[in-house]
Amino acid sequence: MDFDFSEDQKLLKEQARKFLGDKCDLSQVRKVLEGDAPHHGEVWQGLCELGFAGAAVPEAYGGLGLGTLELCVVAEELGRAIAPVPFSSSIYLAAEAIKLYGSEEQKKLWLPRIASGEIIATLAAAEGTSPPHPRSLKTQISGGKLSGVKLPIADGAEATLAVVLTQDSLALVDLTTGGITRKAVKTIDPTRAHAEITFDNASAELLGAQGEGWQNYCALESRAAILFAFEQVGGAEAAMNMAKDYALERYAFGRQIGSYQAIKHKLADMYVRLELARSNCYYAAMALSEDTADLEIAAATARIAATEAYRFAAQENIQTHGGIGFTWEADAQFHYRRAKLLALTLGGPERWKDRLVSQLEKTNIA
Amino acid sequence: MNLNDTPEEAKFRAAARAWLTANARPKDKSKDRTKRVQKPESERLDSARQWQAKKAEAGYAAITWAPEYGGMGGSSIQSVIYAQEEAKFDVQGGFFDIGLGMCIPTMLAWATAEQKERYAKPALYGQEVWCQLFSEPSAGSDVAGLRTKATRDGDEWIINGQKVWTSGAQYCDYGIIVTRSDPNVAKHKGLTFFFLDMKSAGIEVRPIKQMSGESGFNEVFFTDVRVPDSQRLGAVGEGWKVALTTLMNERLAIGQGSGVDYSELLDLARSIELEDGPAIKNANVRSRLADWYVQTQGLKYTKFRTLTALSKGQTPGPESSIGKIVSGPKMQDLASFAMDLQGQGGIMDGDESVMNSAFQSQWMWAAGYRIAGGTDEILRNIVSEQVLGLPQDIRVDKGVSFNELVSNQGK
Ligand SMILES: Cc1cc2nc3c(=O)[nH]c(=O)nc-3n(C[C@H](O)[C@H](O)[C@H](O)COP(=O)(O)OP(=O)(O)OC[C@H]3O[C@@H](n4cnc5c(N)ncnc54)[C@H](O)[C@@H]3O)c2cc1C
Repeated sequence: MDFDFSEDQKLLKEQARKFLGDKCDLSQVRKVLEGDAPHHGEVWQGLCELGFAGAAVPEAYGGLGLGTLELCVVAEELGRAIAPVPFSSSIYLAAEAIKLYGSEEQKKLWLPRIASGEIIATLAAAEGTSPPHPRSLKTQISGGKLSGVKLPIADGAEATLAVVLTQDSLALVDLTTGGITRKAVKTIDPTRAHAEITFDNASAELLGAQGEGWQNYCALESRAAILFAFEQVGGAEAAMNMAKDYALERYAFGRQIGSYQAIKHKLADMYVRLELARSNCYYAAMALSEDTADLEIAAATARIAATEAYRFAAQENIQTHGGIGFTWEADAQFHYRRAKLLALTLGGPERWKDRLVSQLEKTNIA
Repeated sequence: MNLNDTPEEAKFRAAARAWLTANARPKDKSKDRTKRVQKPESERLDSARQWQAKKAEAGYAAITWAPEYGGMGGSSIQSVIYAQEEAKFDVQGGFFDIGLGMCIPTMLAWATAEQKERYAKPALYGQEVWCQLFSEPSAGSDVAGLRTKATRDGDEWIINGQKVWTSGAQYCDYGIIVTRSDPNVAKHKGLTFFFLDMKSAGIEVRPIKQMSGESGFNEVFFTDVRVPDSQRLGAVGEGWKVALTTLMNERLAIGQGSGVDYSELLDLARSIELEDGPAIKNANVRSRLADWYVQTQGLKYTKFRTLTALSKGQTPGPESSIGKIVSGPKMQDLASFAMDLQGQGGIMDGDESVMNSAFQSQWMWAAGYRIAGGTDEILRNIVSEQVLGLPQDIRVDKGVSFNELVSNQGK
């Protein structure tokens, strides 16, 4: 048994942490929150130039050719930094979709440009306030033309390429071509820009086989959920540490607030949730890198645990701060916003719990 | 990153499995679920002793102990591998966990060479059973506040007082005990630690009936009990240091708890019809089930992380302290929820109940599990202080001599 990341993977993690610590502290995240830029250009460029974005893209397509385990450790650091960059859209979702389902030609055309950061790519699945599923999806593709309205789509206004989920298929759409209108959508987390994209007979090509869209989308989602879960773990740890630091620094009634059990036990509960999530994420990382038969179960398990860990740490971090925690000036809001954003990207916790139990029923694990 | 056995681990597993196959019966899964008949304690103790002796003979009883004390000199991972394999067989466990998990490890750390030689093996072979005499009526979480008195008399000590909640004292041969030898110094300073023969004159064991109706623990009264000074562990007045050895081992020994878990709940939910269909199709049932599955897996993989650290010669991270905080409430909530699902039927606790009252008995037992060996609250203190580095609670007992302290028994 060797249930840990390798020394090389830990080194990569340290490098990502150092880069983000230098270039992407919370004052930089705040710039995106308060400014007009859809993401932090300099940080995103750095992540691409240093090879983090292309880490798991094969060398033949311009990446470093490392595995998904490497991507997991980078994801944790992006989460810790609350990085305001289109990494998840371009890499966990679009690049992974193309790697999984793309033709040789599609891979050659798009992966190098995504890995280098030359273009941003995204996944367009959601269609408003009902979670997408085969019975609710309206977007259609026929004869190479795609029509429908997708929102909210992460990085949708800046992306050059979208992987679009239609009623029956996944499709690739070059967003710079005709028949496409986009507008920004306001969300709870302005550090990650979202948009509405309207496709009106836009040129599109199939990604993977026609009719396999939903099943391919679900498989993609499971894989991406593991990477998002690592982001959530990184975020949860950062939120816990923010609460801990404040609990040591703030005095009330003549003592550190961290000496009151109501606060101590809250922090212990953050720690417990974090460690359960981290352990489940490790297992899922392994399942992802080895493509094991229980990948879906492992992904849902990690996803549920990590969502809960971040939700709890983010909201109780504000509580630990008292009034200052509720201000615009304080940084606690970043975690509150990002934790919710990540919890709902790819569908909320109840959906994943339902999926998990369906899998448990199927595999008759009981 | 992988969970595969290394070649040596695989070899060890194969040997353990072969030995178990030759010496025990595999569990009958179907029977396991429905029939949980408890035989009388004496019968269970007898079969536990027999199994323990066989296991000790083969070296599997204490894999990590040194061979001179009957162990195998093996690794923690080997212990886990053996436990995984043994779990597939129908063998009688229990009875020796406190002795082998806490008492003997304390002896191995503090007793003389002859004492270790004399006591380790008989405990390992199940011939002598040990108990832990720490808690008292006025000292549980705050065990250093204990009052049982030890007075020196030449080469002997005379012990007077009372212990409580002593698991297994009714059948135990030996015990480890913390006493107060000097009430005039601060409470952690005046303690002295001994091991003693439970058959000594002046010891009276009275069973306590638990709320479940069973009697697993006892009150133990000491009236002028004489213990030779040679059975003192650690220096006079330094009993707390020795007690910490025991408590550290307690935390390692008390793991995840066992009993009915998500898979039994899944089975139950499949079998129950609610107004709008089978319970397993109910969103709330699915949500709760998923939460408990996620917790169970989280604990399992946390253990794997700990083992990996151990196998690389690193000290395991503090993540190993979360097991009981999670599993205690989980056991209780899951059992309670399973009973709720059955509606009024869930109150039945006899032959008519589902799965032979597995949920009902866990619901009862979990209430004690959350208290035994460190309460949920004390464990959260430990995590927040020792892992996260938060300040200790404000203590009004610091720097005060023991006999000046206020308690519910007065000064
Ligand atoms: C099934 C079972 C088996 C046991 N077996 C043994 C045994 O074999 N040997 C043995 O020595 N003991 C044994 N015990 C005793 C056990 O260790 C104690 O019951 C336990 O440590 C709690 O102590 P207490 O009962 O005195 O409760 P108290 O310490 O009085 O606690 C009462 C409540 O106050 C809370 N509390 C206490 N201090 C604090 C604090 N600082 N901060 C916040 N909350 C606090 C507790 O969490 C609890 O909720 C057993 C107990 C049980 C239930």
